[in-house]
Amino acid sequence: MLTAAGTPADQLAIAPSATRSSGAVALVVRSAALAVAALLVLVLLLLATGHDAGAALAALGRGAFGSWYAVTSATLVRAVPLALAGLAVALAFRAGILNVGAEGQLLMGAATGAALAALMGTAPAPVVLVAILVVGAAAGGAWAAIAAYLRQRFGVLEVISTIMLNFLAQYLVGWLVRGPLQEPTRINPQSASLPDALHLPVLIGGTRLHVGVLLAVALALGVWWWLKETAGGFRLRAVGLNAAAAASAGRVRVGRTVMAAFIASGALAGLAGAVEYTGVTYALYDNFSPGYGFTAIAVALLARLHPLGVLATAVLFGALQAGANAMQRDAGVPNVVVSVVEATLILLVLAAERWQSRAAARAESAT
Amino acid sequence: MTDEAAGDVVLSLEGVTRRFGSVVALDRASLRVRRGTVHAVLGENGAGKTTLMRVAFGLLQPDEGTIRLHGVARRIASPAVALSLGVGMVHQHFTLVPAMTVAENVALGGRGLFDPRAAAARVRDVATRAGLTLDADAIVGTLPVGAQQRCEIVKALARDVSLLILDEPTAVLAPAESTELLQWIRAHADAGHAVVLITHKLRDALAIADDVTVLRRGRTVFTGLARDTDEAGLADAMLGSEETGASRKPDIARDSARDHQSDVPSESANQSGGGVAIDDGIDALLRTLLTERGSTASSSGAGAPIASRERATVLRAERIRVQDVRGVERVRGASMYVRAGEIVGIAAVEGEGQHELLRVLAGRAEPVSGTLTRPAIVGFVPEDRHREALLLDATLLENIALRDAGARRGRMPWSALRAATADIVRDYQVRNGSTGLLARALSGGNQQKLVLGRELRDAPTALVVENPSRGLDFRATAAVRDALRAARDGGAAVVLYSSDLDELLLLADRVYAMHNGVLTETARDRDLVGRAMLSA
Repeated sequence: MLTAAGTPADQLAIAPSATRSSGAVALVVRSAALAVAALLVLVLLLLATGHDAGAALAALGRGAFGSWYAVTSATLVRAVPLALAGLAVALAFRAGILNVGAEGQLLMGAATGAALAALMGTAPAPVVLVAILVVGAAAGGAWAAIAAYLRQRFGVLEVISTIMLNFLAQYLVGWLVRGPLQEPTRINPQSASLPDALHLPVLIGGTRLHVGVLLAVALALGVWWWLKETAGGFRLRAVGLNAAAAASAGRVRVGRTVMAAFIASGALAGLAGAVEYTGVTYALYDNFSPGYGFTAIAVALLARLHPLGVLATAVLFGALQAGANAMQRDAGVPNVVVSVVEATLILLVLAAERWQSRAAARAESAT
Repeated sequence: MTDEAAGDVVLSLEGVTRRFGSVVALDRASLRVRRGTVHAVLGENGAGKTTLMRVAFGLLQPDEGTIRLHGVARRIASPAVALSLGVGMVHQHFTLVPAMTVAENVALGGRGLFDPRAAAARVRDVATRAGLTLDADAIVGTLPVGAQQRCEIVKALARDVSLLILDEPTAVLAPAESTELLQWIRAHADAGHAVVLITHKLRDALAIADDVTVLRRGRTVFTGLARDTDEAGLADAMLGSEETGASRKPDIARDSARDHQSDVPSESANQSGGGVAIDDGIDALLRTLLTERGSTASSSGAGAPIASRERATVLRAERIRVQDVRGVERVRGASMYVRAGEIVGIAAVEGEGQHELLRVLAGRAEPVSGTLTRPAIVGFVPEDRHREALLLDATLLENIALRDAGARRGRMPWSALRAATADIVRDYQVRNGSTGLLARALSGGNQQKLVLGRELRDAPTALVVENPSRGLDFRATAAVRDALRAARDGGAAVVLYSSDLDELLLLADRVYAMHNGVLTETARDRDLVGRAMLSA
């Protein structure tokens, strides 16, 4: 009943860090610490469940980094959609938008890509390929725009609306691959496979690593630079930090900024779907995404919403998932163990954030 | 009151003192509430009204003093104890769960199983007996404010309280709703209950109260029968005119020596009311203010000469009407002007429309009608700097950069902004400030200096400030006031609202009193301003 003074109630628990840590060094240290923590948690889990930790870790290492092929075709290939969707989540969260709909936006990107491939059959291949990527991103943005509109117009919480839109997208894909987009033989619930000419070029011969990885790196650098150096990026961060102050002190049009950030976030996730479709799966089917859009939330949070950090954590999660499959195959350890590790990491990071901000609050009240 | 039987006194607070650190919020305050009466507790902002009633409701423990309920000395350890002893309180800011029904809200805090039907029946029963209209099954969040307030009242009455404390109950209500509520309070008391009405609206108090107690700076300075007093008498008691009559001038800069000598001002002995005026010696705060007044005379010109010079009008509002977020008209046809090189003070008690007026003058909101002249860029220092002025988790540099964020295109000129930030940190003496520091790491005073520095950068032609020294220590307060004077002397048109009337009169060259959404220009005289802001 006592009125709480001072602290703004609507602060996100996950405060962006780009302005407080001193750039690249801190980021590397953080990533290393995270990798070590992940390893420790994994070892503890393996010991607790009575597995041969040595053998399991060896299998995990082989699966993720054991060979050139493992690094490029298992780890990095998985890291690409995680990085793109992770950027999507990071961008939204930095604007104070809790977009947990990257999964749905990713699926819409892929589905639209598949539809476009079917519709533009005779057009020149490079045109179609670029169109798939562009329209895929646009579709993700449009999917996010629904939630953005609902938030702006009716105050619908985006956490709810984006989760619901995830289900919609999932069932829409299920219907598409059994209906309009089903492959010609009408046997399997999937789309016709993409002709070779429409595949994203492979970057390194003999591997599955496609040029999407360059796209992810370029976009991470681009988002990082844009947030840091441009007026638009600054507005987005200001709105995320304190929308009321941005509106009053900065005369920022908060509604516009939120709308644009939400749509840009959806576009990044949609692009992740289109890249995965043209670079890896070459077809649309049920369970097209093994939860990339959800893991992307973890990727973004672990990176403390830093675009370059997202690249690092995407590789970490890509490696964990690639290694998990090898671990299951070679050491008989269920691959869900890795999901437990991922979840534990997030909890650790959030707890550390909380602890840090409390320490900051204590320091503040002491002055 | 002495002729009343002791048994009729429901609540009696005697010699209650409560300190917060070095601040004495209540200084041997006392209050006696009789059965079947409405007892108005009056006072300026910060006089201790709410603190005193929080003590009675068990939200605060007194450092000294006695609380008696029905003549028995009690320790009220918590609101639960207060409720069990028959004391209920309705807070200014509601404590309802918006997503729940009225019945569920009323049942909250009860024990045992929750039976929705019984809870609804109970609400209907209590509401009917009390004569309040309330739909037990309505979702509280969907109800208008007046109904939410009735829900709060029913919540208290459902606990069978014999004493109901209402903290500024009309502040959130539209005029018609206020009248209705006041009539209900009167009827409720007539039915044999006791009601304490905390308010700073003299008219409300005089309209329905039987007894009136006035607090000033934590002390009970007046207590008596409402019918024996009037607005002027109560205003005197609330504002504490140090001399009888209205001869005291606020521009003490010129004759501060006299004020220093009159160190023990005599309380207006011949109050127009029939109550007992209790002497109030000058306290430390007033003394520092007077000292500061003395120094002001030399540091900057006194107000009057500047005001008399011919200066361009920078801000002008004519019959503007402004609505708050709920669509209630808060500014009702206000007209004012501010010239370059003057500080214009807005004097008002809480919730008279100044919040909305200031935001319109600062270009942060628009009026629904009326004519408004204001420059494209107006500096604005809101009272809640954490909410409205700062990005606490961003650096000082980014907080400075925020000012032009809305209109900026292309790249951020970080190196120029870094230089500007360093200048502000130096010129406004933001202690421990470095451009890369988080705003959160600064103390409140230094945060305020940063905000002032930002808003005054590039010498805007107009500046609007709202309670600029709230929560600041003495040194920071002085720095902020100096900055405002410097801005004024530099030719800025400054609008100042301060809930501290002394600060307002200290800084302002001209004063408008705001009451119920209407502005009235008033002489810079403490008594006249005080009267105008309480009952225009």
